[in-house]
Amino acid sequence: MTDTAASSAPGGVRPPKSEPRPMVDGRRRRLGDPIFRLVAAACACAVLVMMIGLILELVVNAYPAIREFGLGFLVSDAWNPVRSDFGALSSMYGTVVSTVIAMALAVPVSVVIALFLVELAHPTLAKVVGGAIQLLAAVPSIIFGMWGLFVFAPFMADNVQPVLGDYLGFLPLFQGPPMGIGMLTAGIILALMILPFVTAVMRDVFEMVPAVVKEAAHGMGSTTWEVTRKVTVRYGAVGLVGAVFLGLGRAVGETMAVTFVIGNSHRVSASLFSAGNSIASTLANEFTEASEPLYLSALVYLGLVLMVMTLVIQVGAQVWLRRIKKTLGGSS
Amino acid sequence: MRPRRATYRKATDVGVKALSLLASLVGIFFLGWILFEVARRGLGAIDWQFFTQNPAPPGVEGGGLSSAIVGTLLITALATLIGVPLGVMAGVYLAEFGKQNRLGSSVRFAVNTMMGVPSILVGLFIYAIFVLPFGHFSGYAGAMSLAVIMIPVVARTTEDMLGLVPDALRESALALGAPRWRVTVSVVFRSAKSGMLTGILLAVARVSGETAPLLFTALNSPYWPSSLAEPTSNLTVTIFNYAMSPYADWQQAAWGASLLIMASVLGLTVFARVALKEKKG
Repeated sequence: MTDTAASSAPGGVRPPKSEPRPMVDGRRRRLGDPIFRLVAAACACAVLVMMIGLILELVVNAYPAIREFGLGFLVSDAWNPVRSDFGALSSMYGTVVSTVIAMALAVPVSVVIALFLVELAHPTLAKVVGGAIQLLAAVPSIIFGMWGLFVFAPFMADNVQPVLGDYLGFLPLFQGPPMGIGMLTAGIILALMILPFVTAVMRDVFEMVPAVVKEAAHGMGSTTWEVTRKVTVRYGAVGLVGAVFLGLGRAVGETMAVTFVIGNSHRVSASLFSAGNSIASTLANEFTEASEPLYLSALVYLGLVLMVMTLVIQVGAQVWLRRIKKTLGGSS
Repeated sequence: MRPRRATYRKATDVGVKALSLLASLVGIFFLGWILFEVARRGLGAIDWQFFTQNPAPPGVEGGGLSSAIVGTLLITALATLIGVPLGVMAGVYLAEFGKQNRLGSSVRFAVNTMMGVPSILVGLFIYAIFVLPFGHFSGYAGAMSLAVIMIPVVARTTEDMLGLVPDALRESALALGAPRWRVTVSVVFRSAKSGMLTGILLAVARVSGETAPLLFTALNSPYWPSSLAEPTSNLTVTIFNYAMSPYADWQQAAWGASLLIMASVLGLTVFARVALKEKKG
C-alpha cells in the first residue's frame, strides 16, 4: 500500500495540485484551435472570393458594352469615343503581336542562357550571372518604360530600325518610318522583362535531368551541345512548355512598359515599326479619361478579354504542371 | 545515327557555347544599361529640395516630390498591413489544414491564378468595388489594390516555406500537449521564419514599384497626402504623368523618382535574397 503510493508519488501527487491548470489549458485548446483554423480558412477563402469577385465585377461592368456590341466587339477595329463606337481588334492585335515578338526573342535566348548557367559556367560564375539575370526581374515595369521611351526607342530609331528597313524592307513587317516607338520596340522590351522568369524555369528543368543520363551520353562521345539537344531538352520538354506558359502569362498583361513605348494608336498595321496599342496600354491610357458610361464599359470589356486570355494561359499552365508532376513523379 | 564529321560536330558545339556566353552577356548588358541610364539621369534630379518640397508647376524653379514619397510610403505600408496577415494566414491554411481537401485545392488554384492576373486588372477590380461606390479615387483604394496583388504572393511563399518544415517537428510539439495554433505559431513559424520574411520582403518590394493598379485607384495629386481618403500622391504614377508631359523639368523629376524607386526596390530585393541564403533564386 505505502509502496505503491510512494512509487506513484511523482505522477500521483502532482495532478491534484495543479488541477485547475489542465482545465484552463483544455478549454483554451478547445477554443483556440477551432478559432485558429477558422481564421486561416477565412483568409484562404478570401483569395477565392477575390478571384471570383474580380471576374464577376469585370462581367457586370462590361455588361452594357457586351449588350451593345456583342461578340462583334472582338472583330471590330473601330475605336471612336465621340460616336461611341468601340471594337477590340486593334488592342487584341497589339497584345498578340507584342507577345509573339517577346516570346520569339525570349524563349531561345533563355534556353541558351540556362544552358550556359547549368552546363558551361563555373558554379561561382553561374551564381553571379544567374543573380544578375534574376535582378532584371525585380526592375519595376515603369523603369523599363522610362528607359524604353527615353533611351531605347531613340536607339532603335537611329541604329536598328533603319538597318532592318534597308535589308528587310521588302517585307511588310519592316516598312515605314523608323520612329523608335512601336510594336517592335515594345516586343523587345517585353522580351527583356520575361527573360528572367523563363530562364529561371528552364534552369530548373535543366538541373532536374539526372547526371547519369547526361554522363551516359557524354560517354558515347557526344559533345555538350548534342547532350543538351538530344538528352536534356527531350528529358525536360514538358518543363520547357511550362516555362513558355509562364512567359506568356507575364507578357500578355504587362502594362506600364508597353504603354510607354507602343505609341498608343488604335490602328492595325502590318508594319512592326508603326505605333499600335495593347489591351493593357489602352486601359492605362484611357480609363481615367473615359467620361461616357459606354466608353468606360467598353474599356472594362477589353479588360474582360484580357482576363479570359490570362485565365486560359493560367489554367493551361496549371494543368500542364500537374501532368509533369505525375509523369516525373512516376519515372524518376 | 548518321555519322557526322567530328570537326563539324565540334565546331557546332563551340558555336553554341559561344552563343550561350553571348546571350548571357546580352542579358547582363541590358541590366547594366538600364541601371546606368537611370542612375546617370536620375542623379542630376536629386537634391535636398527633391525630398523636402512639394511638386512645382512646370517652369517654376525648385519643387520636389516629398508628397509623392510620403504617399508611396503610406500606401505601401497600409497594403503591407492588410496583405501580409491575410496572405500568411491563407498560406497557413494551405500548408497546415488544406493539403488534401477540396477547399485547399480550390484556394491553391485561386492563389496560382491570382498571381498571374495582370496588375492592371486588379486596378480595374478595385476601381469597381472601391472607387465607383464612393464616387472618388482614394489612397485607401490604392492600398487595397496593392494588397490584393500581395496576398497571393505571400500565401504562396508561406505555403512553400511551411511545407519545408518537417512533420516530425509538428508531431513532437503536439506530443508535448501544445495546441495546434501554438504549434504553428511558436514552432512552425519559427523554423520557417527566414524564408517567410524573404517572401514578404520580396512581395513588398514588388508592390512598391507597381504603377498600373494605382492608376485608377489612388490616382495622383500634387498635394501633401493629408488623408488617404482622397486621391493620393505617389511616386510611380507621378513618373508616368511627368514622363508623358512635354516639360523638360518634369521629365527630369521623373528620372529622379525612377532612380529612387529603382534603388529602393532593387535594394530591398537584394537585401531579402542575401539575408536568406538557403532559398534558391
